Amino acid sequence: MTDPATILERVHREDYGRLVATLIRALDGDFGAAEEVVQEAFAAALAQWPREGVPREPAAWLMRAARNKAVDRVRRGARLDARVGELEVVARIEQALAPLPDGAEWQAVPDDSLRLLFTCCHPALSSESQVALALRCLCGLTTEEIARAFLVSPATLAQRLVRAQRKIRTARIPYVVPAPDALAERTESVLHTLYLVFSEGYAATDGPELLRVDLCEEALRLARWARSLLPRDAEVASLRALMLLHHARRRARVAADGGLVLLDRQDRALWDQGQMAEGLTELEAALAMGARGAYTVQAAIAALHAQAPRAEDTDWAQIASLYERLCVLTPGPVVALNHAAAVAMARGPEHGLALVDDLEASGRLADYHLLPAARADLLRRLGRKEEAVEAYRRALAWVRTAPERHFLEARLRELGVE
Amino acid sequence: MKYLLMIYENEKAFESLPEADIQRVMGEYATFTEALHTSGNFIAGEELEPTAAATTVRIRDGKRLTTDGPFAETREQLGGFYLVDARDLDEAIGIASRIPSARHGSIEVRPVREFTPPEA
Repeated sequence: MTDPATILERVHREDYGRLVATLIRALDGDFGAAEEVVQEAFAAALAQWPREGVPREPAAWLMRAARNKAVDRVRRGARLDARVGELEVVARIEQALAPLPDGAEWQAVPDDSLRLLFTCCHPALSSESQVALALRCLCGLTTEEIARAFLVSPATLAQRLVRAQRKIRTARIPYVVPAPDALAERTESVLHTLYLVFSEGYAATDGPELLRVDLCEEALRLARWARSLLPRDAEVASLRALMLLHHARRRARVAADGGLVLLDRQDRALWDQGQMAEGLTELEAALAMGARGAYTVQAAIAALHAQAPRAEDTDWAQIASLYERLCVLTPGPVVALNHAAAVAMARGPEHGLALVDDLEASGRLADYHLLPAARADLLRRLGRKEEAVEAYRRALAWVRTAPERHFLEARLRELGVE
Repeated sequence: MKYLLMIYENEKAFESLPEADIQRVMGEYATFTEALHTSGNFIAGEELEPTAAATTVRIRDGKRLTTDGPFAETREQLGGFYLVDARDLDEAIGIASRIPSARHGSIEVRPVREFTPPEA
């Protein structure tokens, strides 16, 4: 791990959002400028580190580089606009970025990420911009990655981001955690954003890794803050429960070779019991507050899995009925597919297959690889080998992450196909 | 920063209110405007005559075309405005939400573009 490019990539993944969050505050809410100076800092590192060696604290180095670039930028700007007191602005930047002693590890002010999250979720922005902006600024996802997650072209998404950043600047959307009376209006979109960030980490849409643990942990960190900010909000507690119960399984979900391990084959001893227990406590708290929403139902499903000592002990009948409720709360093809899988477990693969066939006939999941993958699995269990092979091959044509590809290939080999 | 708060309302519905209700709303407006003066946010504010009094002017091919009524037929009409000075969008939204008509009509909050004077 001494290759500068590899280290830089890791720092980008882990610290990009926090660097941008701090810089936005220093640059008085200018998202575009903050992103530019952070990117310039990464470019400088890419040029300098191979020559001069990787600094001991890479994130702190990048923070200092970005700060210097921000100060340069403000100086240039102040010369152009005589009305702004240059010294005053530079002083504010220096104060915001706090002097960093050499070698000290840079730590973001925890509030910065929360501020960024609430600003991205401002109701004055369109809901699709809110999430895109949060994924871009807070999680450092590339425009291409976000575009794929939303099934739009990178050009469309880039335009959406530019428009949102322009509105933040021209309408002067403040860079703050809103006052208590304005919190309620924003909670829903904040939770939705956190949910999507977590989902992107839990099942990355693209790339060599199946999990992006860093994204999941960022979402969990922010969910904990949101929870302390809104202690009586049942949906916040439900969402946090949902995340904890899923994240607790992370070590069991990926095999030593990087392959995907499905729930029924996971080594339950690898589940993080502490996190499971915390998740169950959160779910109880949510239910006590009267939670009945989509996050609650999903958390309840995860809790039923968590409570089964062995895969065969799973209460599939109850899970199937919870999915049925979820289909009403958040109708969508993906939920419908999960419902079909639960019904197959509760009542037999032929019942699940009937639901999957309905879904396929509706044409709503035209290029979604999990549809043929689910179909293939049910056909395999029904002993309809040739149809199963054909469905696995269709799934392979659409799959995007390497571990999922390996998983499907392994299933094909089990059926005696190379 | 300046924001223009444009008050859109169904003027027909407003005109058909009983006199007592109209008086009550006017009283609420007076109180609200007074509060804006006190807080220092007020720059300007006016109520407009109904769209029946409106005339639309446009120049096409160098010729002036004058027509009766507003440019667009919509369910809600611009009935008045406030020009306010606010710290940021959140303060402007806070002010807009206290405008009496926000409860049945809608308020469009638009930042006023600021022009930077050319360098001396």
